[in-house]
Formats: sequence, C-alpha cells, structure tokens
Amino acid sequence: MNLVDIIFYFFALITLVSAAITVYSRNIIYSAFSLLFTFFGVAGIYVLLNADFIAVAQILIYVGGILMLLVFGVMLTHKVINVEIKTGILNVVPGSIITAIIGGTLCGVFVVTDWFIVEGVPPIKSTTTEIGTMFMTKYLLPFEIASVVLLVALIGAAYIARRDKSKNQSA
Amino acid sequence: MEQILRNILDNDFFVYGIMGIVPLVWIVPYALFAIWLERKISAHMQDRLGPMRTGGWHGWSQTIADMLKLLQKEDIIPAAADKTLFNIAPYIIFVSAYAAYAVIPFSSGFIGADINVGIFYIIAVTSLAVVGILMGGWASNNKWSLLGAMRATAQIVSYEIPSVLAVLAVVMIAGTLSLQEINNLQTGWFWNWFVFQKFPFVFVAFIIYFVASLAEVNRVPFDIPEAESELVAGYVTEYSGMKFAMFMFAEFVNMFAVSAVAATLFFGGWNSPFGEFLSGPIWGVFWFLSKGMMLVSVQMWLRWTLPRLRVDQLMYVSWKVLTPWAFACVIAVGFWMML
Repeated sequence: MNLVDIIFYFFALITLVSAAITVYSRNIIYSAFSLLFTFFGVAGIYVLLNADFIAVAQILIYVGGILMLLVFGVMLTHKVINVEIKTGILNVVPGSIITAIIGGTLCGVFVVTDWFIVEGVPPIKSTTTEIGTMFMTKYLLPFEIASVVLLVALIGAAYIARRDKSKNQSA
Repeated sequence: MEQILRNILDNDFFVYGIMGIVPLVWIVPYALFAIWLERKISAHMQDRLGPMRTGGWHGWSQTIADMLKLLQKEDIIPAAADKTLFNIAPYIIFVSAYAAYAVIPFSSGFIGADINVGIFYIIAVTSLAVVGILMGGWASNNKWSLLGAMRATAQIVSYEIPSVLAVLAVVMIAGTLSLQEINNLQTGWFWNWFVFQKFPFVFVAFIIYFVASLAEVNRVPFDIPEAESELVAGYVTEYSGMKFAMFMFAEFVNMFAVSAVAATLFFGGWNSPFGEFLSGPIWGVFWFLSKGMMLVSVQMWLRWTLPRLRVDQLMYVSWKVLTPWAFACVIAVGFWMML
C-alpha cells in the first residue's frame, strides 16, 4: 500500500461517511453541512486522477456556490431542527425491491465489467491549456451554448429580483 | 527545498509533512507580531501609546501574554448552541485560511505545491471560509451571530467577483495560472512587475483586487459582519477562549494570504526590485515577506483611517463600481494583448 492508495482510501472514506450523514441525518442542517465534506472528498479523488482543474472547479462551484445556496435555503426555512422528513405514505415492500434491483445491478456491473486500467501514463503537465484548446476548437458549440444558457439564467434571475421590488413600491 | 528534504529523509510521508508545516513557521510568529503591531499602529494614529508594559520594550510580548491567557480560559459553549457545528466552525475557517499557503511561493526555492492551477486553487479554497462563518454564526444560536454570518457571506460572495476579474487581467498577461511561473515572468527590475505592465489597466486591477480582498477578509471599511456598534462582534460573539483565538488567528492568516497573493501577482513576489541585487532563493524569502508585510501594513493603516460602509453602500461598491471597472480592465488588457 503506497501513499497514493492511502490518500485514495482516506478521501473515499470522507466522501462515503459524509454522504451517509447527508442522507441519514435527522437534522437537515447537518445534512447540508456534511455535503461540504462530500464535495471535498470528491475533489480530492479528482486530484488523484490528475484532474486538477476539475477538482478546483468542483470546490469553487459546489462549495462556494451551490452549497451556500443550499445552506441559505435551509436556514430560511421555518423549522430547521427536528423536522419530520418522513413522508406519510411509506411503501416498504416495493421500495426495498426496487432498491435491491438497483443495488444488485450496480454490484453486478462493478464485478462483471472488465475495467480499463491505465498504468504508467505520464501526468499531463498543463490541464488548463488542454481544456482551453479543446473548448475553443473541438467543443466550441457546446461551450457557446452553455455560456448562452448561463447568460439567460443570469438575466432571468435579475429580472425576477427586480420585478418583486417594483411591485412592493407601487403597492 | 523539496529536493533537499528528499535527499535527507527519503520518505514521502515526512517530506510532505514537513513541507506542509513550513508556512506555519512564518505564520505563527507573524500573527503574534501583527496583532501587536496593529494595536500599536491604531494607538499611534489615535495619539495613544498602546500596550507598553508587557515584556519591556514597547510591550512587544503583549500578544504572547494574551495568547497564554486565552489558552487558560474556560471553553464556554452556550447551552442552546449546536455543539458539534459550534466546535467544528473555527477549524474550518482556519483550514481554509491555511490551505491557501499550499501554493503560495515563498521564494524560488520554496513552494508547498507548484500546481498548475495555483491562483484558481487559492480562489476556491478561500471560499471555504464562508461555510465556516455561516456554520459558526448559525450554531451559536444568537441573532447577532447569525446576522453577522449572513452579512459576511453576502459580502464575501459578492466581492469574489471583482477580485477574480482583477486576477484575470494578470492571468491574461501571464498566460498561466501557476503562481511560480507568474513570478518567473516578473524577474528583473521592478518595471517588469505586472503592476507596471499595460499601464494603467493592471494598476487599476491591483486597486480593485486590493479593495475586494479587504472585503473578503472582513477588514475595515468592510467589517460590517462584526460591526461592534450594531452586532457586538458578529459571528464570533459567542466564542471565547481558544476558539475565539482561532478566529482571530485565521483573520490575520487571511490578511497575509491575500497580501501575499497581491504581492505575487502584481509586485513580482520573491523577485528583487533591483535586478540581480540581493536575489536568490534565500533573499527571495526576504523580498516576498517584505512585500506581503507592506500590504498588511496598508490594510492596518486603512483600518484606522476609514469609517465603515453601510450594507447598501457595500453592495453598491461591489456591483456598480468595482465589477464594471474590473470588466473594463479585463477587456482593455485583452485588446492590448491583441495589438
């Protein structure tokens, strides 16, 4: 077991334990905050896969943006602690059957698949250059479409925020 | 430095461990000294003497005595607080502050990890502090704490945008995100520093970055999250003893981190201002730390000079002043690069 293995298991443990807390915690704020460690663990695994840019983007976008939004949303809800998360109707039998099928399929795929293992590949020196070049050449259209979608979302957000304000003033 | 350690130790665990601890050797004495310096500067600006007794010469060991006092204090956790989150929050804030030091080049011979996405990494990990602040503010179960945390979050998230755009102006000139390479591009006399390149656009970008970084570390004039006249102490209200010390320590660590980034991006980092004069890995540490401390002193000077902004003024400055100017800088630098 070398250093890389130990680091991998360390990050995998962080990811799984915090993900379990996110799902099973009774306290909704714990769920939100333990997502932080899940994102962090996944970012660590990205680093081990030589995807440094994606790892940093993961932290910046998910922790700095999405998690913040989530935590704010949770904090603005009425009852944060001891809220009953269970739904009224609980289909134990069909639920466990479906879960068993999905879990079995995943485990089967994991065992059966002939995993493609890459060994001895020299680490890519500059991932950002590669990504930038790819965006500007091969994947130009998806890149532009994504930027247009984001711009539309931005304008929409600004419009919604403005409309509320003017309504309050006229009333 | 990594190579030397590897020759001596020949063990990855110890080499990386020591590399990770090296920045602390600077940070701990710096924080102790900077807190004393801040009190002295504020005192002199207000025509007082400041701490004068502890340790003899101008009370130099006042902070050490304060730290010993904080270590011995009882650790008070409010009864209605959420104990787990209350206890974790100071560590998350400190980790996010310290994580930035992993990629800050202290000299040509020492950088924790010379990763290819250095500056991008710093921007990402410093945003982790927001989570810690919000966690501490919420877990304290105190309205001042929560209000302070909300303000801090809104402020840090908003001011990230102009500061990132200002950094982008430099990155466009350098063509790399690695901080060590950005330093290498500024070698030579001081007119090679990026702050004097594409004049005055990068200089304006520096001003924007510096103002935005003041907001990101919650310093005056952007200290409304802990505005003592309205919020007692903001998100640190309920913290005492060593946990309060952690918040204080993280604030000073952050102050130096943003100054170090500004020094690296705009003022040549570890490069000597006078060509070959006193250059090299050892003197590099001296130049780098002097530039960083210079900017920290400016932050202290501003703190005791300027009044605090109102919340609406704060948002106005970020979205209607800094962000458009930062965009203008980026576009102007881009056009200049194409010429």
